Amino acid sequence: MKETFWEKNKRAICNLALVLVLLAAVIAIDLLAPTTSMWFSVLRKVFTFALAAVSMNLLNGFTGLFSLGQAGFMLLGAYTYAIFTIPVELRASVFRNYGASLIQFQMPIVPALLCAGIVAAVFAFLIGLPVLRLKSDYLAIATLGFAEIVRGLVQLQNFGPLTNGPDPINKFTAPEHIWIYALIAGTCILLIILIVNSTYGRAFKAIRDDEIAAEAMGINLASHKQLSFITSSFFCGIAGAMLAMCNSSVSSVSFTTSMTYQILLVVVIGGIGSISGSMIAAFIYYASSEWWLKFLDLETYTAAGARVPLLGPGFRMVVFSVLIMIVVLFFRTGIMGTREISVYDFFAKLFSKKGGAAK
Amino acid sequence: MSERPCVLHAENISMQFGGVLAVHDLTMDVYEHEVVALIGPNGAGKTTAFNAITGVYEPTNGAVWFCGEKIIENHPQGKMKKLYAGGHNGEYRHVIAKTPDRLTKLGMARTFQNIRLFKSMTVFDNVLTAKHLRRTSNLFTAALRLNYKEEARQRKETLELLELVGLADVKDELATSLPYGKQRKLEIARALATNPKLLLLDEPAAGMNPQETVELSEFIVEIRKKFDLTILLIEHHMNLVMDISDRIYVIDFGKEIAAGTPAEIQSNQRVIDAYLGVADDE
Amino acid sequence: MNIVPYLIRGLATGGQFALVAIGYTMVYGILKLINFAHGDLFMVSGILLIYLCANFPTLPIGAAIIIMIALTVLIGFLIEKCAYSPLRQAPRMSVMISAIGVSYLLQNLVSYITGGLSKQFPDIPFLSDSVKLFGVKDKLAVFLSPVAAIVLTVILVLIVNHTKFGMSMRAVSRDFETSQLMGVKINRVISITFAIGAFLAAVGSILYFAKNTGINHMAGSTPGIKAFIAAVVGGIGSVPGAVVGALIIGVVESLAKAFGLADFSDVISFGLLILILVVKPTGLFGEKLTEKV
Repeated sequence: MKETFWEKNKRAICNLALVLVLLAAVIAIDLLAPTTSMWFSVLRKVFTFALAAVSMNLLNGFTGLFSLGQAGFMLLGAYTYAIFTIPVELRASVFRNYGASLIQFQMPIVPALLCAGIVAAVFAFLIGLPVLRLKSDYLAIATLGFAEIVRGLVQLQNFGPLTNGPDPINKFTAPEHIWIYALIAGTCILLIILIVNSTYGRAFKAIRDDEIAAEAMGINLASHKQLSFITSSFFCGIAGAMLAMCNSSVSSVSFTTSMTYQILLVVVIGGIGSISGSMIAAFIYYASSEWWLKFLDLETYTAAGARVPLLGPGFRMVVFSVLIMIVVLFFRTGIMGTREISVYDFFAKLFSKKGGAAK
Repeated sequence: MSERPCVLHAENISMQFGGVLAVHDLTMDVYEHEVVALIGPNGAGKTTAFNAITGVYEPTNGAVWFCGEKIIENHPQGKMKKLYAGGHNGEYRHVIAKTPDRLTKLGMARTFQNIRLFKSMTVFDNVLTAKHLRRTSNLFTAALRLNYKEEARQRKETLELLELVGLADVKDELATSLPYGKQRKLEIARALATNPKLLLLDEPAAGMNPQETVELSEFIVEIRKKFDLTILLIEHHMNLVMDISDRIYVIDFGKEIAAGTPAEIQSNQRVIDAYLGVADDE
Repeated sequence: MNIVPYLIRGLATGGQFALVAIGYTMVYGILKLINFAHGDLFMVSGILLIYLCANFPTLPIGAAIIIMIALTVLIGFLIEKCAYSPLRQAPRMSVMISAIGVSYLLQNLVSYITGGLSKQFPDIPFLSDSVKLFGVKDKLAVFLSPVAAIVLTVILVLIVNHTKFGMSMRAVSRDFETSQLMGVKINRVISITFAIGAFLAAVGSILYFAKNTGINHMAGSTPGIKAFIAAVVGGIGSVPGAVVGALIIGVVESLAKAFGLADFSDVISFGLLILILVVKPTGLFGEKLTEKV
């Protein structure tokens, strides 16, 4: 029995169609929405953190390595990207406190993004050698410690000519169009999906399910964990570079542990082990925290002039964290569990239901 | 027997935890195409011995060869130097400890006493994953699907293997949703997918009823023929052991007390004593 | 250069970290959970005292402290009941994530109440007095911290090793299910453990903030993370280990300042953490566990 091309790939084709529709929507927003629209800032963040969350999911969800070093790798990526893309003539003014920038050339966006990933990956390689032998919580602590060390080191005056010390870096190239962000994140996520569904992805899942059995089946734990860690960090570095683009300024103080926690919460809300879940969750998380729930921060008055109780600066985050706790406590599998979106199955179910009703 | 090449040769294996000598100077050979069983009363040190010669634990002293290649060697170190109570101290000078994945690559595959399947995967993927170790692709070629030929071949082989062991009809079910007996079978199939020369079975009939045990022994005989295997197993079910083994090693308190064919073992007085106990005051 | 003052300040900071570290280590010992919210509970207890003193000026400071400690213990208890106990059967990662959620919630709640501003910690008579000891002039809280830490630890170790409750605590940390089957009321043991942790965090916060005056919603994160490092360095799960680890971290950071490496102090602590984890993953006093095949 030979399967036809359509039979074999129907799910992938339908999902591809969905991606194209979404991309078209992004381009439409880019062209049509007024420049003051919240869509711009929110979508930039969504794409950035969708990539960060998916890369965290590759490590935490698919390989079962509980790492909390994301902020550190994003910082490395952000700094690398920012340092490499400042126009040469502006370097003196950015690095004015340290004489001059150590680097005196400017890279185009794509190579700079790759460098961002590679720098993060190289650090992951170095830190991974000793740290990946540790078990669950200890690994989490060690990677968290690593992220804090990176953050501490970057701020040092001694590295000033390279990192601008504690001062923020700005004036680097940051694309305006949101479809560029969509394209970068989309390409990276596609690569991650391809990896997860390859023979390596199966080996990662085997390690997650049962380390001892995986090892007995000939999967070298050290090298596969290392591979997953490096790959995840590579994409984390690119997500960091995208964050630099979003904010058009990079400062080490923003890459705190709570940023890692945020990404972790996105992963959890989406479902640990679901890539489409992470993407949906990134959208819901940032759209609601930056946009839909913004009204909670404003002091609002009713028509009668009475102040609506509780509303005021900071209330949004309280509501938001309560919502997160509800998800964590009562909807533990998240939006998607370990499933993935399948447009084909969705419609197939829809039509079969209708067919059933007609009978 | 001795004309046949020796697949596994364990020499003077001792395994000591603190002051307890769990395995004491155990020497055993497994020849090509043999089914060898390691038996003994509860707590005799079977599983420890099994783990020590298969690379899960590092033995305290002794060495193991697999198909002529030395895969494990150790001698008492550190605190153990003083504490060591086994024999052949000083005969082994090197430390060779290959991780289990290396041993599997060399051609030793095992199953576990308490089934360890990949829980989130389907039956098919469980077996397919065991093909990973024979890959020629790297992360890039695999991600970009440049290894599609290899992938297709692995999928085809996996399907064939599942058909052979009679699990093809449940291939898309979650591994953990299978009934117990089939999970055992799947674990063996997964081990077979690594193309082993030597198959190590750790209590394959544990938790099975008599009917299932009979089926299992038929299954083991069948796969041994089909895959040209050598098998080493630990087992409690004497019927199974006596049915399928060519030779049996019996250990008690970590020491070998008898070795021979099933018939020899069945009539060996020391074995009977070890299993039934000897009354002290008689 | 005279390093004695640095040593004393190091021991003082270490003592304050120790009181927080014990909370981490005890909870880990029992639930195998890194209670990320513990540092924030420490911050909340400081904020409570500020609000108690500001809103009830007639309240004597001693009474305010007692009320604050009681409230902190109550919050610690409630956190366990609401956020951790429903997840008793869940994978460990879920509980850890819940802890991160609680930490996030406490920070945001305090930020909302304080408007994100730093609040002034009240002067506590006696503790805030300046004294001169060993040629070092500093607040009494500084000298008292290591002493308080060690005294409380000794009491705690005695409780753990010589009382019936301590026995059930050790049983629960050794094997959760078996001790439940043996009739240990695990929920009670866990609640009391959280209460003790919260109590020590409250005491620690008085000593800590009496020296460092301003508190905002992020004030718990640095001491929290340092205490946490201390618990890991000492061997998470071990109470004396947590204290030793905390004193080591305090002294190391203080010495880093003495040698002009103040900027490096965080990096050094985290470096120490990773070094310990790599060399002896279970910490100085931790027990080694191996998985049975």
